[in-house]
Amino acid sequence: MEKVTALNVNGVNQVVDVEGDTSLLTVLRDHLDLTGSKYGCGEGQCGACTVLINGFPRRSCITHVAATRGKQITTIEGLAKNGKLHPVQQAFLDAGSFQCGYCTSGMMMTAVSLLKTNPNPTASEIAHFMQGNICRCGTYQRIIAAIQQAAKSMKEARP
Amino acid sequence: MKSGEMEPVVIEPERYEFDAPPAYHFEVDRRDFFRVLGGGLLMVCVLRDAKAFQESGGRRMPWRGPDEPENISAWLHIGESGKVTVFTGKVEVGQNIRTSLIQAVAEELKVAPANVQMVMGDTSRTPFDMGTFGSRTTPTMNPQLRRAASAASDVLIALAAKRFSVDRAQLLAADGKITDPATHQSIGYGELLHGKQLAEAIPAVDPLEPATQWKVMGTSLPKVDGVEFVTGKHRYPSDHRLPGMWFGKVLRPASYGASLTSLDTKAAELLGNVKIVHDGNFVGVAAPTPELAVKALAAIRAEWKPSSEAQNKISNKELFGFLKQTASNNGAHEDRMRHAAGSIDEGLAKADHHLRRTYTVAYIQHVPLEPRAALAEWKDGKLTVWTGTQRPFAVQNDLAEAFRISKHQVRVEMPDMGSGYGGKHTGEAALEAARLANAAGHPVKVVWTREEEFTWAYFRPAGLIKINSGVGHDGRITAWEYHNYNSGGAGIGTPYDVPNQLVQFHPTQYPLRQGSYRALAATANHFARESHMDDLARLAQMDPLQFRLVNLKNDRLKAVFEAAAGKFGWGREKPSRQRGFGMGGGVEKGGYVATCAEVAIDGSTGNVKVVRVVTAFDCGAVVNPDGLRNQIEGANVMGLGGALFEAIEFSDGRILNPRFSAYRVPRFSDLPKNEVVLVDHKDQPSAGAGETPLMALAPAIGNAIFSATGIRLTSLPMVPNGLKT
Repeated sequence: MEKVTALNVNGVNQVVDVEGDTSLLTVLRDHLDLTGSKYGCGEGQCGACTVLINGFPRRSCITHVAATRGKQITTIEGLAKNGKLHPVQQAFLDAGSFQCGYCTSGMMMTAVSLLKTNPNPTASEIAHFMQGNICRCGTYQRIIAAIQQAAKSMKEARP
Repeated sequence: MKSGEMEPVVIEPERYEFDAPPAYHFEVDRRDFFRVLGGGLLMVCVLRDAKAFQESGGRRMPWRGPDEPENISAWLHIGESGKVTVFTGKVEVGQNIRTSLIQAVAEELKVAPANVQMVMGDTSRTPFDMGTFGSRTTPTMNPQLRRAASAASDVLIALAAKRFSVDRAQLLAADGKITDPATHQSIGYGELLHGKQLAEAIPAVDPLEPATQWKVMGTSLPKVDGVEFVTGKHRYPSDHRLPGMWFGKVLRPASYGASLTSLDTKAAELLGNVKIVHDGNFVGVAAPTPELAVKALAAIRAEWKPSSEAQNKISNKELFGFLKQTASNNGAHEDRMRHAAGSIDEGLAKADHHLRRTYTVAYIQHVPLEPRAALAEWKDGKLTVWTGTQRPFAVQNDLAEAFRISKHQVRVEMPDMGSGYGGKHTGEAALEAARLANAAGHPVKVVWTREEEFTWAYFRPAGLIKINSGVGHDGRITAWEYHNYNSGGAGIGTPYDVPNQLVQFHPTQYPLRQGSYRALAATANHFARESHMDDLARLAQMDPLQFRLVNLKNDRLKAVFEAAAGKFGWGREKPSRQRGFGMGGGVEKGGYVATCAEVAIDGSTGNVKVVRVVTAFDCGAVVNPDGLRNQIEGANVMGLGGALFEAIEFSDGRILNPRFSAYRVPRFSDLPKNEVVLVDHKDQPSAGAGETPLMALAPAIGNAIFSATGIRLTSLPMVPNGLKT
């Protein structure tokens, strides 16, 4: 596969030099030192590596970096703007929606994309959408509460 | 022991948690401290029975250096800026102990939590600690740090009294300052300590602010560095990196116990900038990029001869027969593993109903979402390793032994990691990374794959439990004979008042590497015992709650049963025939737990959905209510997996389901309505809470299935393929 030499991550053009079939997660973590996206399984089953590609949630561990050519990649490091937490981050913090926190980046990236398409999800809609993300510490109910809180504060922030 | 008394039955200390006693090293003395940290006040926590304190009558005394360093458990430093730094060998694995220990220090020292920083689990900077397990941090480290903080506060008041030329009794410590309410003059801790180098040692004896007076403890302080976690900035062990770092991979045997018969690394060597290490049974590669390391590993040709040992050949299907057949009934440990009172024969003769049942518990995995990871660097003859482990000092020991160097040459640092649940007491990745780094001449990072974690870590022991019991018409249990094969001794004793008992643990041979797990065997033992209790209740024609209360003398356990039942609405009509209610509970590690569960059975698919759980928990005075709720809620979710569907499948020394697509863990759709009742016993010492809440869930679910269907499930997991009716 052809090499990939450029990547747009969090609005920044990054120079890399990797084989096209390298996983996006490896490139982010090991080549660009963006370690907020986590390895959990390598088969797209746990969601810890979730990033947004052109706004859609994707499992970076099973995404070839070649597939992201010319696309906008957003990772957890790009979620806060100008030092202000994204409402989803603030809600996770406020609701204490984690224990070890290892799944949290992937949970939040998935939640951000959910709220884009469904700004006011019910608990069961959240559970359905988030089914591919594992929290082994078992904080699911707090994550649902945080996403609903984030939905509320995003709604209030809209003019 | 008189029968019926609620003495803890210690059949065996938790066999899967203890290791050899520590050999200690201590690099920092008093002068080093002040050189590194600057001036100020240093309080050193010395364990209760240290000789010097016996001679001093247990009072505070000046500390000059490491006279008896093995007795030091923690230290606390207040700098000339007023900043407080606490050093402990305990580690943060998601249980939020970093936060609750800060609360303990802030409470007694009268400072804001934001002024307290914890340095944890760094073998060069923190005193020796055996490890973070067994729910020991809250009952041991918390009071020791409070004692140190309280003594520091006394020192500061004495300094201020001298400075103000007033009697110390009229001074108050609050908000990082000492104030004289009469004159309104006040002075900050930092200013008081300016230009000073004071060091004192204090014995770790029980002190302190009573829980009813707590202002910082007892409140829901949020996770102290939460922002780092929600922004992705926190560096877990697998996130660490160093300039010039390489990436390592390790060749795994084809099956457990297999030996290497031939190795061909030519193709791997042709890949160029790759270091290949073959040392005894260890074969690994290191390369400047992870892609190249993976490629090199795949290019190695190896042949393995399978093990001929019987335990490496059996499959999960033959497991329980194997455990029973290989059980040892005698040996030096027998007395430790056996508890007997009265006569089983007499107890059975008095009974109106008899019940014999066998229960089984499968191997399951911890599945920490962050797999084992380590970064190792050799520099100037010294080895530094950043790794995820619950026992950094044990890993330091292992590394020193493996490389035949002194422990002084090894530093292990444990960054707050992506959970452990008892599954990371060891340092495999640390050894691998260090061996590869040594050969490559670069720092090397090794991160296990999920498949490696599922295969080469260790498992919660599988077990076989046999109970033979008798009960009278009046609902009193007359005989209780209990045998546990391999699963373990935690929670093996019954808390119920039974005059005739025989409780025994039987070690066996076993096929998989097994070790500690959150709550240990207490989950298996509570599943067996509390399931059996429900069956006995039915034989005695009693309500399960009433039956338990009749047989219980322990007031705290009774109280959590009643609290859970009250919140749950125990005794109300079931909403439909497909619904069932059940309960389970017990005492372990100083915590009292009871859980009630409601299940819904889908008759056509056999699907079992846990609709609602209510857990009441009493762990003494609550240090951080929201942190505790989080732990209990999480324990119920994690416990759901082992109760309903988690099981390791294996055959011929191989794990057959070593990935999430084949090993089901609880997900969002499995989440029940998950309610918690905290029984805050402010007059009781705080016990640890990370483990015990897990153990009541499985029997509560099993008993709920029984109440809905009349089907008694006796194996964990209960419904890996749905309920067969």
